[in-house]
Amino acid sequence: MKPVERRLLRELPVLRRHMTYSAALALFGAGLVVAQAVLLATLLADGFAGRGSGIVLPTALGGVMALRALLVWARGGLARRAAADAKHALRDRIARRLRHTGPLDLAARRHGETATLLTRGLDALDPYVVGYLPTMTATAVVPLTVVAWLGWTDWASALIVVVTLPLIPVFGALVGMHTARRTARQWRLLARLGGHFLDVVAGLPTLRAFGRERHQTRVVGEMADAHRRATMRTLRVAFLSSFVLETVATLSVALVAVPVGLRLLGGELDLRTALIVLFLAPEAYLPLRAAGAAFHDSAEGIAVAERVFAILDEPGDRSADSGDGTRSAASQDTRPPHPSRRALLSLDEVTVHYADRAAPALHQVSLSVRRGEHVALIGPSGAGKSTLLALFLGFVAPGVGRVVVGGTDLADLDADEWRAQVAWVPQRPRLFAASVADNIRLGRPDASDAEVREAARAASADLFVEALPEAYDTVLGERGAGLSAGQRQRIALARAFLKDSPVLLLDEPTAHLDPESEAAVTRATVALMRGRTSLVVAHRTSLLPHADRIITVRAGRLTPAQPPLATQLVTS
Amino acid sequence: MTPLTAGATTPQPPRHPTRRLLRHLLPYWRRLLPAALAAAGSELAAAALMATAAWLITRAAQQPPLASVSLAIVAVRALALGRGALRYADRLLGHDGVLRAVAGFRTRVYEALVPLAPAGTPAFRDGDLLTRLVDDVDAAQDLLLRVLIPGAAACAVAAAATGTAAVLLPQAGVLLGLLLAVAGLLVPALVLALSRRAGHTEQAARGELAALTLDLIEGAADLAAYGAQDRAHGRVRHASARIAALERRKALTTSLASAVVLLCQGGAVVGVTWLALRAHADGVLSAVHLTVLAVLALVSFEALAPLPAAARRLSEVRASAGRLAVLFDRPPPVVDPPRPARLPVGGPVGVDIRGLRVRHRPDGPWALDGVSLRVPPGHRVVLLGASGSGKSTLIAALMRFVPYEAGSIRVGGRELREVSGADARRAITGMTQDAHVFHASIRANLLLARPDATDADLSEAARAARLLEWIESLPDRWETHLGGDGSAMSGGQRSRLLLARALLADPPVLVLDEPTEGLDPRTAAAVLTDILDATRGRTTLLVTHERSGLAAADQVVTLTGGPHPAPEVICQ
Repeated sequence: MKPVERRLLRELPVLRRHMTYSAALALFGAGLVVAQAVLLATLLADGFAGRGSGIVLPTALGGVMALRALLVWARGGLARRAAADAKHALRDRIARRLRHTGPLDLAARRHGETATLLTRGLDALDPYVVGYLPTMTATAVVPLTVVAWLGWTDWASALIVVVTLPLIPVFGALVGMHTARRTARQWRLLARLGGHFLDVVAGLPTLRAFGRERHQTRVVGEMADAHRRATMRTLRVAFLSSFVLETVATLSVALVAVPVGLRLLGGELDLRTALIVLFLAPEAYLPLRAAGAAFHDSAEGIAVAERVFAILDEPGDRSADSGDGTRSAASQDTRPPHPSRRALLSLDEVTVHYADRAAPALHQVSLSVRRGEHVALIGPSGAGKSTLLALFLGFVAPGVGRVVVGGTDLADLDADEWRAQVAWVPQRPRLFAASVADNIRLGRPDASDAEVREAARAASADLFVEALPEAYDTVLGERGAGLSAGQRQRIALARAFLKDSPVLLLDEPTAHLDPESEAAVTRATVALMRGRTSLVVAHRTSLLPHADRIITVRAGRLTPAQPPLATQLVTS
Repeated sequence: MTPLTAGATTPQPPRHPTRRLLRHLLPYWRRLLPAALAAAGSELAAAALMATAAWLITRAAQQPPLASVSLAIVAVRALALGRGALRYADRLLGHDGVLRAVAGFRTRVYEALVPLAPAGTPAFRDGDLLTRLVDDVDAAQDLLLRVLIPGAAACAVAAAATGTAAVLLPQAGVLLGLLLAVAGLLVPALVLALSRRAGHTEQAARGELAALTLDLIEGAADLAAYGAQDRAHGRVRHASARIAALERRKALTTSLASAVVLLCQGGAVVGVTWLALRAHADGVLSAVHLTVLAVLALVSFEALAPLPAAARRLSEVRASAGRLAVLFDRPPPVVDPPRPARLPVGGPVGVDIRGLRVRHRPDGPWALDGVSLRVPPGHRVVLLGASGSGKSTLIAALMRFVPYEAGSIRVGGRELREVSGADARRAITGMTQDAHVFHASIRANLLLARPDATDADLSEAARAARLLEWIESLPDRWETHLGGDGSAMSGGQRSRLLLARALLADPPVLVLDEPTEGLDPRTAAAVLTDILDATRGRTTLLVTHERSGLAAADQVVTLTGGPHPAPEVICQ
């Protein structure tokens, strides 16, 4: 058993239970197999001898066979239930792991694989749980029971079975070792040839663009043919193991049956015993034959389990805070933040260094934003503006220095409680696969319909929302499909309006918008900033006139920019 | 509530998709028939082995001279060896035949996809759909290997067993045939009907889980900022539990089928033995045939064991076949004129677009509504516009990937509608937004654009795209294998590679669609500057939403509007 399998069994009690049930049912099943063989042999031997058998024996035989059917039903049902529960448990653990991963980490790393694993990938465990595990327990239980009974009935036949039975795993392992070497060599070639069709289909638009699509028709056929030849080279060897298994098993039946026949000829054996031996001998080999096939199917499940554990074992995020409020020592005395009169948001000699980058994202940065002040951040992309906002959101923890909000170090606060006072509008807000109204309600799930409409109106989102097929009840597609970038931005602003929090963090709300949308979003943003402490990353100039102070971020350092002329006119 | 993105044109599900899939595979019957025969032979050998052994034992119990059973002894040994050999042959022949059939089918699917790329089917816009499409093609493999071949073997065994039984004792033959029909035909048919019905609910639940998981991962920051993480996680957990509950419910019905097959086996064994015992008592049936009949009833059901699983697989194959049938039925978005005109190529060519109107569905909104644009020969025109303003649609119309309903596109004075698509793309091509990097060497990826290019041409194009230094710094240089959509290189290198390919193609009109998509602003500006440098003197249409790095362009034009307002081109 591989370490992964041991860990699966250790960490999922449902699988341990499943193994126990399977062993018990396999033992019961072996008993029924013996009973069926004995009953049928007795019935036939009685008939052969001309003795009337009455009704008891056939009824008992029918009962035993019905019980076997019932057993198969129970075994399959329990196994599939165990698989469903095991997958649910693993999904839950992966989801919990995601909950404890910082949002920026989730966004930065490609988690498409995790999503696939959560939805379809785990199904590869089905053959492992439903087929492989019960078969393995049966291998341990059934041959032993059957051989014991055989030995008691006719030790000579039992001896043949005992001698030939170990040949199956031995030959299987020998052939397996040989094929493993050959398959490993073939594997890369097979993967490349097998992936070719997907590659060509994915590149079909490009092939057409350069007039090469017809040429590739022939290549598709040739590559599929090469794939077939390579696969067959591997299979010719791989199927040898099943050939050996099958032949040893059937040949052993012949090895048992022929001497039994000869002994019957000599009068050394009675027909009943001979028939019992004939019926039981194949049953001793059956689990081992099934194990060979199940082993083949289990590989993918084990690979999936390995991937799951790799995700669960990933070291914590690069930011100290995972945003779940389960922070170590510091979180013991969490207090609600008290916004001080003077500086509401401040950075004190903060340096942020991402593990995957050479230069620090922010270098010894100090900043303080007064209550009600509007501060704009400008500067080239990648200079550290978004990192600055992420610091105040608690998505990133400073390597050196302190982030102070309302007079308290953010590291001493419960992140969720602090975020309740902050509204954030990112560059590309995420809209969820829910109704428009529920998307606006993100921060306040209990808001009334009237409040949602009011927030949408304030964000100038009301007109286009009402034009949607079902207005606020329209369910948005994936990533807010069906809405333009500007419309998505205005829904995000409506979210912020509805949340009505005293602090506002905006990350280039007008980037990627056409001029018309930009004007509408700017209007809504300015309305939102009114009366709120705002830190705005503004690439475009349209928001700058509304800032009290403009700060340039360049290569991780801050320099104050000249206040624009418009400042005195606009600020309230 | 209705989903906003539900396709307005849901095509009718095609009729008899499995039959249509089979029609594609049947030409390979010459390869598949021997496999089916070997499979049937292997199953027959297994059943005959037990029946002959039973005959041998019972006959021996009558203690005749050795000579009268010697043939049976030979037969038992031969069948035991033959069973394994036939099984090996069945698996090898089966896989070989099936892989041949699938290779042929892949070519057919590829040919069907060619006129649809990229606008004719959503698969080219969605990686998941594309992967599923390729998996669907491979489902053909299972139809043959897991459904038809085991089905044929089961039929052969059932027919042979019923025939033999009927010859020995007609009423036993009738009973056995009846029960075999229930287990082999009725049960799989019920499984097929049930899994088709259960599939829909489960698919919906799985789709929901997938959407929620994606929200959880991609929207982590938005959820954290709005304190909605716990709610989102609760929803994921709920969806996961719902799938587990559905699977648990399905567990019992799934294994019920195998149980019913066993029940039929029990009924057959008891019933046939009972009939045989009575016939034997009446002196109609010999004692030897009594055992043979009982054993026939016992072993003939073993070939039926894979059928319930085959029926479940068939229902999945049917879904795959349905999706493929939809694909085969799809009309190509652009049809070549019956007598295409030649496009005069040679010398500098200009493009003149007037009043162009394009929409993606016959009843849909206009994606381009009256666009006019002139690219004079040898000029580099930059087309600016926000995402969704129709820039890519314009490029697709120029390359004849989507049809235009009104207006005109004239290239070198010839209306584009009157020339063949291949000719149009010989004149107008370059870098499309979905440009693909193939799993192949750098050289192969570039040569695609011009198969007869010399090494000097390749170096020249790479130098112009400022990629040459990087290529020559690689250990394998031009032979470096690029894998997984070019994931071995950075985004900037990928863009430069696609640019080098477009430059190598050197079409009379070069189009470049968002060559800096996904690059950070500094790299984007550098790439844009290089592009404008490299295209000096060529007729070029460059589409981008970047506004910096365009100083060298001959003309900059803005495309405004989104999916809703009517777009138009404003010339500066």
